[in-house]
Amino acid sequence: MRSAFISAATLDEALSAIAEGARPVAGGTDLVVGARQGKSPLPASLVAIHRLDELHHLGAGDGLLRLGALATHAEIAADPVVLERPTALADASSIVGSHATRAQGTIGGNLMNASPAMETGGPLMVFGATVTLRSEAGERQVPVAELMTGPGTTAAEAGELLTAVELPLPVEGTGSAYVRLEYRRQMEIAVVGATAALSFSAGAVDWAAVAITALAPTIRLVPAAADGLLGSDGGAAAVAAAAQAAAQASEPISDVRASADYRRAMAEVVTRRALTAAVSRARGEAVPVPASSAVFGGTT
Amino acid sequence: MKLPLTLSVNGVSYPLEVAPSTTLLEAVRGDVGLTGAKEGCDDSECGACMMLLDGKPVNSCSYLALQADGREVTTVEGLSDGASLSPLQRAFLAHGGVQCGFCTPGMLISATALLEANPRPMEDEVRIALSGNLCRCTGYDGIVKAVLEVSAGG
Repeated sequence: MRSAFISAATLDEALSAIAEGARPVAGGTDLVVGARQGKSPLPASLVAIHRLDELHHLGAGDGLLRLGALATHAEIAADPVVLERPTALADASSIVGSHATRAQGTIGGNLMNASPAMETGGPLMVFGATVTLRSEAGERQVPVAELMTGPGTTAAEAGELLTAVELPLPVEGTGSAYVRLEYRRQMEIAVVGATAALSFSAGAVDWAAVAITALAPTIRLVPAAADGLLGSDGGAAAVAAAAQAAAQASEPISDVRASADYRRAMAEVVTRRALTAAVSRARGEAVPVPASSAVFGGTT
Repeated sequence: MKLPLTLSVNGVSYPLEVAPSTTLLEAVRGDVGLTGAKEGCDDSECGACMMLLDGKPVNSCSYLALQADGREVTTVEGLSDGASLSPLQRAFLAHGGVQCGFCTPGMLISATALLEANPRPMEDEVRIALSGNLCRCTGYDGIVKAVLEVSAGG
């Protein structure tokens, strides 16, 4: 009989355990917390994957940023390439949980937990990131935009483990930002969040992408918001129109943290702030990471 | 069903047997017997259970003990050198950064991790870093002053 807990020494060993129904655990910051809260009991069979060095990497090359599933939020937030190019991802990674969460929590676990309020999904979507899902039978690539299918559900099949995330590095001059509405500076998750990314050519927006967070059953891209920005000067009127489009694309719920009406109202505000920060960065103006603190003001 | 585990806490190895669902906090408090780290929320909200795992902060209520096998765990008891308190602990005393004391072990560990990553934080950075640690007495002012004093090399 399989033990209820194994610590995998190799990826093959992990995949074998997962094929037999074990749930992977890395940082434990969602799985164990969920069990302690009584939301969902700890799975009967667990395979710890935190020792798999082959899943613990982070680096850029050939125009791509590659993140192993075990790259932690702290590592991502501190990476010079992430800070310089897909800056919105640094914004997001630097505000996940607290520094304890960021030291232990991984990008793979964050994605597979599939919270519609999680921070890193929006930035990964706007940059067209894909994940590698691997099983004993082989592996396949799935866009992050198609990975999350609902609150806590993903397109991964039984036996599949997320092993890596890959995204094309945005061209130089791209500005991006992730901004969330928060009630607390740490141990928080978006009440409402928005990601914006865009670039300019000869003073006009030539590429844009917008994603909304905690405003629908999954984080989602809003093509209508992005399309409206194309050809514009990225000024206040264009930003306001895009923010309205993002709000119109939202389908928020009411829960203990906010009413649907409040979320809908804040969708426009938060998207506008993300877009404003992204425009500033695209123009070479300094907006500190995380953008959330910069646009909502400090604590002192 | 229990599984063997060697937990190294503050430099001492403890051979234990724990269930897979046992958290690091439960193992350290219940099996090792070091009760400095506290269970506040048991929900990864309050930071009272914070320890260092291989030098990095972890909310030990939300971490499986078996995953700490063979790794180095530091609790508040490990910050002092015998009877000699660490500079951070002395600063907490000097500034009255302690009221009921329940959050203090987590605060000390959290501040230790902050100063390790950022030896000279600004006040805002201290406040943000420690906002994963809740003080139910709302005694943050003395805590922040204590951390700033140590960061300035005082």
